[in-house]
Order: sequence, then structure tokens, then C-alpha cells
Amino acid sequence: MQQFIRETGVVMPLDRANVDTDQIIPKQYLKSIKRTGFGVNLFDDWRYLDPGEPDTDHSTRRINPEFILNEPRYRDAKILLARDNFGCGSSREHAPWAIMEYGFRAVIAPSFADIFFNNSFKNGLLPLVLDAALVDALFARTQGAETYALTIDLAAQTLLGEDGWSAGFSIDPFRKTCLLEGLDEIGLTLKEADAIRAYESRRRADAPWLFRE
Amino acid sequence: MAARTLYEKLWDSHVVSTRDDGSALLYIDRHLVHEVTSPQAFEGLTLAGRTPWRLDANLATVDHNVPTENQSAGVDAIADPTSRIQVKTLDANCDAFGITQFKMADPRAGIVHVIGPEQGATLPGMTVVCGDSHTSTHGAFGALAHGIGTSEVEHVLATQCLVTQKMKTMRIRISGPLGFGVTAKDVILYVIGQIGTAGGTGCAIEFAGEAIESLSMEGRMTVCNMAIEAGARAGLIAVDQTTIDYVQGRPYAPTGADWARAVAAWSELHSDSDAHFDVDIAIDGTLIEPQVSWGTNPEMVTGVHGVVPDPALIDDPTKREGVERALKYMGLTARQSIQSIQLDRVFIGSCTNSRIEDLREAARVVEGKRVAGSVRQALVVPGSGLVKREAEREGLDQIFRAAGFEWRDPGCSMCLAMNADRLGAGEHCASTSNRNFEGRQGTGGRTHLVSPAMAAAAAIAGHFVDVREW
Repeated sequence: MQQFIRETGVVMPLDRANVDTDQIIPKQYLKSIKRTGFGVNLFDDWRYLDPGEPDTDHSTRRINPEFILNEPRYRDAKILLARDNFGCGSSREHAPWAIMEYGFRAVIAPSFADIFFNNSFKNGLLPLVLDAALVDALFARTQGAETYALTIDLAAQTLLGEDGWSAGFSIDPFRKTCLLEGLDEIGLTLKEADAIRAYESRRRADAPWLFRE
Repeated sequence: MAARTLYEKLWDSHVVSTRDDGSALLYIDRHLVHEVTSPQAFEGLTLAGRTPWRLDANLATVDHNVPTENQSAGVDAIADPTSRIQVKTLDANCDAFGITQFKMADPRAGIVHVIGPEQGATLPGMTVVCGDSHTSTHGAFGALAHGIGTSEVEHVLATQCLVTQKMKTMRIRISGPLGFGVTAKDVILYVIGQIGTAGGTGCAIEFAGEAIESLSMEGRMTVCNMAIEAGARAGLIAVDQTTIDYVQGRPYAPTGADWARAVAAWSELHSDSDAHFDVDIAIDGTLIEPQVSWGTNPEMVTGVHGVVPDPALIDDPTKREGVERALKYMGLTARQSIQSIQLDRVFIGSCTNSRIEDLREAARVVEGKRVAGSVRQALVVPGSGLVKREAEREGLDQIFRAAGFEWRDPGCSMCLAMNADRLGAGEHCASTSNRNFEGRQGTGGRTHLVSPAMAAAAAIAGHFVDVREW
């Protein structure tokens, strides 16, 4: 998994609540059996004016000039700023894959949907929960300047804006460690193989009907 | 021992180990697998040289992008090449790893959340996960069930466990009795309308009260299915005699001496009377009328006699802009009556409403009538091959066909439009599915979530009507 230590980049404000996974990456692209190739279809329905399919040459599609992602000033944005309940809807991990592949390293919002939040951590994408008032402050800063750059320091759990604005944030310590070190969670869990086997023998004794082999 | 909620009992009985930060390694009894969220997990497993921890905990099927016509022609006949590759990839992975799979056109195949309970592969007291957010469905059995992403699919395949944080507990008590013609679907849509799409975020919601107790298992599955649309990863309902009667005799259910032991163990699967919930909500179920969604998320819903809201009356700017955007997308005007919404297509199906009782409920409404000429297509997609077979045995397919509905093979179909079943841009659809997000049923499509009876009546009338007056 890609590490997340300290990132500095332009913030792209997406001033909407309830941004759902069907908007982040529409279903026709979920037919892929790969983990890559989703970045070009991030926010597909909002980003392009004509419909797309997996075999479409997306470079020839008409872009929607009114959608913020298409504004040249946000071309290299690394931090996505949104409103409440970001990532609601399905369990598709293609959503964080698409966001990461496009070039974002973090999403800041007052709240996230649970499954999206969880999936993001597995892929080195930081979903950063910030109080609504601080999110408001960030929206105001991005709207008051051509671009607004922010540094996210995960180790220190701080945000520092280019104008000196700063804030702290909280994060689950285990998830923080995994992001900082880019840890393979399966490898970590398999270190507890003996505990899993011990649990299984207890479970098999208590509820044998759960085991068919 | 202190009084515990049902969630806490399920949690406690599955903890393998705990960590200082409160997270735990939780054992997973059942892992359901489908073609969309698993290929990258199998690939990851192979690349790391790992094998599944416990084969018999897994059960796989293809549902999301199978065609709903002519499945008997086989996988090679799937017209969309990317869908065909994905279906074949699951077949190959299950064959290679030795995972039990109901392949396309096997009568036991169908929507993963229909076949699990139907087979008795979902049992009370289990932990159930699947790479699909509607895994909350299985909580209707007093099981801890929730959706996971592909990384966790790989994690469960490799370790039979998940690293997870305890959820908060929420109870929603819905009093009864429900009014005539009010279904499980109306109950859950009403609840989401009350608490919002993020109302249950971070929580496992236990549904309780007379309205819930009076529901069949299929109705309870409909309620838990949409817990995720209220933001809750898991929905839960206590085990009672209805649960036990449903499970008995199913292929994967315990038998003989195990059955008696299992029933005794399952009788504990309810919240203790003095258990504490982090959030406790009471809803008057007698007030619920048939529901219709008008917007682009499931909290944008009202009763069939209601009207579309007026954004000018909403103070919160983010919410107002959300409603304005929804009305624009849906092609509706402020204060327009729900019953004036004209429909282009009707979809009866999905993991929310494609079980036999759903089809019976819809067939009762359409029997002897005809789909309105203004409705371009009315689809019935059974949830599994076995549901389809039972419906045909009861003659429901004939009722639907005679009324002008298309009778299809099982799958997720137009709920998410990964196969050929989809809405055209601008089309309004009365749908028994679970999400009305922009583009969900096809780019530019306009979804209205309703119960099977309401969808059936809308198909006949060509617009929404109160099925109770039908």
C-alpha cells in the first residue's frame, strides 16, 4: 500500500453533500477486473457531457467546462474538499482507486460514509474528518483565491495552509500507523494465525453447524 | 454480565483478539462472493502466494452483470465482452481455489443477498460479509452482516477475519400495526426520510417494535437491506419464531441434534431488556403511508399523497442546493404532486424486493389489468432461479406477461444497470430497488423508489397512484 506521510497540494472544493459512489465512479467501469484505469472516469457523469463506456476513447469525449475538476487551476489538485456524508452508497473500492489514480491523496469532509472511509485507508488515500466549521473555513479560503495549497502532516496530525491557517485533526492510531508505514494488513493479521485457529476450535465445539468440512 | 444489545452479543462471540485502541480481529463465519468486487482480491491473493483460509465459509455467485434474458445460452453468449470476462473470471477463480459457486443458469444462482438466506447459508448468530453494501440484508436473521471493499474481501479470503472497530448501537422502534397496504419497503423508506441518509453512520441499527415483529422474514430482509441507505453498515433484527421457521429445512441449515442445539443458541439473539443503546429512536408506524422517492438520494422521499418540496423554504444552504440540484436532475418542479409524475419504465426486482412475496404482492395488483400504453417497459426480474421457478409454479409469470410485463432471468439487472437493462436519459422509473442516485439505473435516468405493489399499480396507471385505493 502507498504510504501517506506528508502531502502538500492544491485543494479542490467540491461544494456538495452526499457525494455518492455512483458519482465517484459509475457502474459501467466496475466491469474491469483490474485495480487500475479508473482515474480517467472519476466523476464521469459530471465531468463529461457525453456518456462513456469502458471501451470509449475518453480523450475524445466532450468535457463539461462547468464542472470544477475541469478547471485548469485544479489540474494538479491533490486534496479534495467536500461536504457531509462523502462516499455514501456502495462498497465499491473502485471509488478510492479512481480518486487516488486521478491524483488526489486526501479527501477532507465533515463526515464520510463508513465503507468508503474504511476502503480509503486500505489504499493510502487519507479520508480526513474535520469539524464543519473548519471545513467552512477551508471552503472560504479556496473560494477567496485562485488556488489554495494545504500541507497535511499525518505524523503531526496537522494541517497548514499557504496563508498560515492551521488546524489539527484526529485519526485512529492503528490506521495512522498503517498509512505512515504503508503496511500490509493481511500480513499483520496472519501473524495472529494461532489465535484464529484457537478461536475456530472453540467455535467448532460451540456451533458445529457453521462448519461443513 | 451487564445487559447487552444484540450487536454486542454478536460482537463478543466473534472476537479473536483485541487491540489497545479498541479495534478487534473479528472472525467471519460466512463470506459471500460475486463477480464485481472479487477479481482484484483473488489476484492479490495469488500475487502474494496466499490461499483461502477456509473454503467452506465462502459461497459465490454471479449477479451484478449477468444478462436477464436467455441465461441458458451460457456465459459465452453474454453479449458485453467486459461483462463476459468478469463472469468468466469469477468462474475461473472459484474453480481454481475450490470455492463453491452457483454459476449462471444454475437454479440456485441469483442475487447474492437473495440466495444466501434462501439456501440457509445465512444463519442467526453468524458474521456475514460480502463485497457489496447491501450485505446488511442478512442482519434480518440476527446475524452481524455488512458490506466490505475489495481489500477486505482479500483479507477475509486470506485470514477469515477482519480488523474492525466496534460500531455504535442504534435502536429504531417502530410501533404498529402498519396500515392496510403498507409494506416493509414503505417502512424503511419512511425511516430513511426521518433520520436521513447519514442518520445511521457509524451505527449498527437494530429494528424493533410491533411493526417489525409483524413482518415476514422477507419483509425484514427488505428493511435491513436498506439500513445502508440510512448510513448504517449493518441492520439487525432479533431472532424469533418467524426466523427459526424460515431457516428450518433449508439446504445449509443445521439438522438433527445440531438443529436443536442451534435453536437453543439462537434464542439468546435479542437485546437484553435493559440494554443501553447509544441512540434510541421511536417511530409511530401507524402514520406510515405508501412512500415514493422524488429526489436523488433515498432520504428524498414522501408519502404517495405528498408533493415535491419547495427549495425556497429550506434555510440550510447546502441542503437547499442539494434539493435544487435534485429537482433539476429529476425534471420535477417545486410543489408538484407525487401522483402527477408520469412513468416511462417500471422495474420490479433487486436485492431489496425480488423475493417470492414481493412478486406475489405485485402480481395481485396487476392481475387482469394491462400496463399503461405510455409505459415503455415494465420488467419483473426474480431474485434467484428458485424464486423464478416458484413464481412460475404459482402462475405469477402468466399474470405478469398477460398484463404486459417482461418476465426475466434472475440478477441485479436495472437496480444498477451494469447489464443491458437500463433507463434512457430523462426517463422516469418506478423501481423497487434501493438507490435513486443520479445515473444509478442508467446515465440521466430518473429513479423513484417504491414498494412492489406501488410499482405494479404505477405500471398500470402510468403514473403514481395510492395502491390502497386500487
